[in-house]
Amino acid sequence: MRAIVTVIGKDRVGIIAEVCTLLAARGVNILDISQTVMQEYFTMIMLVDTAACNVPFGELSRDLAASGEDRALSIRVQREDIFEAMHRI
Amino acid sequence: MINFNEILQTNEMIDAQHLDIRTITMGISLLDCADADITVACRKIYDKITRRAERLVAVGEEIESEFGIPIVNKRISVTPIALIAGACGETDYTPFAVALDNAAKTVGVNFIGGFSALVHKGFIDADRNLIASIPRALSETERVCASVNVGTTKAGINMDAVRLCGEAVKEAARLTAETGGFACAKLVIFANAVEDNPFMAGAFHGVGEPECVINVGVSGPGVVYHALQAVKGEPFDVVAETIKKTAFRVTRMGQLVAREASARLGAPFGIVDLSLAPTPAIGDSVADILTEMGLSNVGAHGTTAALALLNDAVKKGGVMASSHVGGLSGAFIPVSEDAGMIAAAQSGLLTIEKLEAMTCVCSVGLDMIAVPGDTPAATISAIIADEAAIGMINNKTTAVRIIPAPGRVVGDVVDFGGLLGTAPVMPVSRGESADFIARGGRIPAPLHSLRN
Repeated sequence: MRAIVTVIGKDRVGIIAEVCTLLAARGVNILDISQTVMQEYFTMIMLVDTAACNVPFGELSRDLAASGEDRALSIRVQREDIFEAMHRI
Repeated sequence: MINFNEILQTNEMIDAQHLDIRTITMGISLLDCADADITVACRKIYDKITRRAERLVAVGEEIESEFGIPIVNKRISVTPIALIAGACGETDYTPFAVALDNAAKTVGVNFIGGFSALVHKGFIDADRNLIASIPRALSETERVCASVNVGTTKAGINMDAVRLCGEAVKEAARLTAETGGFACAKLVIFANAVEDNPFMAGAFHGVGEPECVINVGVSGPGVVYHALQAVKGEPFDVVAETIKKTAFRVTRMGQLVAREASARLGAPFGIVDLSLAPTPAIGDSVADILTEMGLSNVGAHGTTAALALLNDAVKKGGVMASSHVGGLSGAFIPVSEDAGMIAAAQSGLLTIEKLEAMTCVCSVGLDMIAVPGDTPAATISAIIADEAAIGMINNKTTAVRIIPAPGRVVGDVVDFGGLLGTAPVMPVSRGESADFIARGGRIPAPLHSLRN
């Protein structure tokens, strides 16, 4: 299953590394990364494959959110289908 | 891949503009639960609901977590209870409401609809018993919602039922006087009621429906409001197009959630109800959309036209986004549940008369309106009759959910809490309707009911 990880927060060193480490530890494969810094705010969107994820989706979602909260980042993971549904016919 | 901006836009709609799935409603047929013994019937009802809906809330939460979209309510609608209750010899149907309430609590849904009777052309004995049981049933249960269909375009209006419903509303208010007549917030009197409505308090599972079905109600007034802020001063053609595009997106999301829920719960997908349902939260208001079109407040002249455009554009945008559209589909205008409506009503700029006009072009009717506690039952009945007439003549659903708040007068505010909000007590006409309501009988169906 493909999902989108969105990371938003104040820019600093190591954000990508931290998120990637967390995903790798749970068997989530990163397919694509796109990232920018807008007015000091770091915004990253990742397309990931959760087929080999070793925890349930809900747990992955909670882990990401919790790890983000510790670092004052908003991190969420959502199935790709919701964006497809809203923006593609 | 979906692009950067599309992802951020979707998440902004969810975070800042209150985009959500308003309800996943499971419709469950109770036609096989009738029994000559009321205790047995109630047990069958409880068992069937708790079996069918066992995973409803869990599945709703799973979907919520995977898609990152809030699903505000998980609810249940059942076969109109009058159709089941007739088999037992009792006349007080409160035990059925208690069984529904217990089942709702067990599975964890916040409302269950279907303590209902369909009497648009006449009563079966059970219908009269059910209507008489409504005040007690609603005041002694927490989560049960009741509805009565008193008229249709095909059948006309059952004015005896209109009279009984006015009395039921008054009695329900009296029994829950300490909470401002809260029971009335769970009672809807319909004309042209639909059988697949997922929204409360008027949901029931019609007799033409399957054994079990998943209906989804979408929302998103905040998203439409936000989209319109980008087209300030543009002509109405642009306004309508903007609303259509927004409604399309919102509905696609509803369709996705409905399909997922249906697959996981093993129940067929019924419909997506394309409704703009406000909540009392700031920025989640239908009134704000109307004012964004250029009105100083909801209730100003032009409100009906603005609402007509909104209601139509929502349907046009949504209809292509879902394989099956149904329910009430349109804009809701519940006064107590919409911050903009509350403000306009409090300042006297929005009156019941204007709301009545608005119900000619929106999806439902006079909704969540508090009126003085001394309003006579006949006046309530007459308000119901007026709404039913609008529905009957215009081939649309209309409804009345009105609260004659005991001991309250114009200017008071009744707080129902949560999604039901706060209702300013609005003035009604002091004219007398008692002799009109006392006539009874049926108002014949209009000429255009003869379409065959």
